[in-house]
Amino acid sequence: MAREVSEICMDSVLAEMVASYCNRFYANKPDLAARRIEAIGYQVGHQLSERYTMERPRFSDHLEAIKFICKDFWSEIFKKQIDNLKTNHRGTFVLQDNKFRWLARMSVDPSADNGSNEDSSATVAESKAAQAMSMHLYFPCGIIRGALSNLGIPCAVSADMSNLPACSFVVRIKA
Amino acid sequence: MAPVAPRSGDAIFASVERVNAELFTLTYGAIVRQLLTDLEEVDEVNKQLDQMGYNIGIRLIDEFLAKSNVSRCIDFKETAEVIAKGLVLASLKSPVKHLPCHGSAFKAIYDITSVGFKMFLGVTASVTNWDADGTCCSIVLEDNPLVDFVELPDTCQGLYYCNILSGVVRGALEMVSMKTEVTWVRDMLRGDDVFELQVKLLKQVPEEYPYKDDE
Repeated sequence: MAREVSEICMDSVLAEMVASYCNRFYANKPDLAARRIEAIGYQVGHQLSERYTMERPRFSDHLEAIKFICKDFWSEIFKKQIDNLKTNHRGTFVLQDNKFRWLARMSVDPSADNGSNEDSSATVAESKAAQAMSMHLYFPCGIIRGALSNLGIPCAVSADMSNLPACSFVVRIKA
Repeated sequence: MAPVAPRSGDAIFASVERVNAELFTLTYGAIVRQLLTDLEEVDEVNKQLDQMGYNIGIRLIDEFLAKSNVSRCIDFKETAEVIAKGLVLASLKSPVKHLPCHGSAFKAIYDITSVGFKMFLGVTASVTNWDADGTCCSIVLEDNPLVDFVELPDTCQGLYYCNILSGVVRGALEMVSMKTEVTWVRDMLRGDDVFELQVKLLKQVPEEYPYKDDE
């Protein structure tokens, strides 16, 4: 049986990594922090896809590779598949996970409920929370980009979390 | 009201959500690698890994107390004893014959670390090498998922690759009122046969122990 660790280890390390980059190493440079977090994900995705495809024949086209990400790759990491895959047939794929694990247990910044009733401060707090959350998405975006890049598919990956707890990853393959 | 029966590290590990260790191991490796690139100095990387571990440790202790059913203990001494009797013996593969008797407080190191390593990382840790006055001991790990696939290049000889673990231990113990200093004595990545963390008690502040809830 494959070796396992408690999920809280993974969650703790990820949360702490994001916090370290955003609050300590690049406190006032969210762009730099985001790039580093994405780079860490890229490394992980690259190595994992190398391992998970060792015994497989090469993928015949982009769609095959994306399907591998949606099914086998996602299952190894999250014990579930991507719930919905869409494509425009011109190199853009949208992978939707209806209950994305790494966001499922995230709490919103408590300062949002603190005292003030003014709409503006609530909005500010909300956007701050959204920004903090989006920092957590650079890692999975990096994982997908790294995995596909290892399969010979250069791409850009972004995430959309407007329908929490669902989360969509948009993959744009570079021509 | 008596506390609910404590649970063993094995039982807890079997019941919690788990993930593929490969993902965890590679993620940790990628973090260390990125830190080496960004911070450049190996000493700084050691320091930051320790800090990250500390921050994790001070939160993991809650998970530990909740999952191991010792959250309703009246004071620190009781907590230590409940864990010591129930959990340590059950979690270690070979039963412990001699629990050190140098103050029940210090037993907590025993409990928290050996149960903790099992329940979080799924590995068995043992506690040995107590010194005569019971203020210093070693945590020994024969297996450690953090280092699967890892080999240190020559340029990283000063790196304590697993330094996050020492930080976790230090942070967790601090939350139960023990200020400790945790250092690596043996490291399999440096050619030793096991991992050994030395835990030295610097200061004990029992009055700060927060678990004084009503009966």
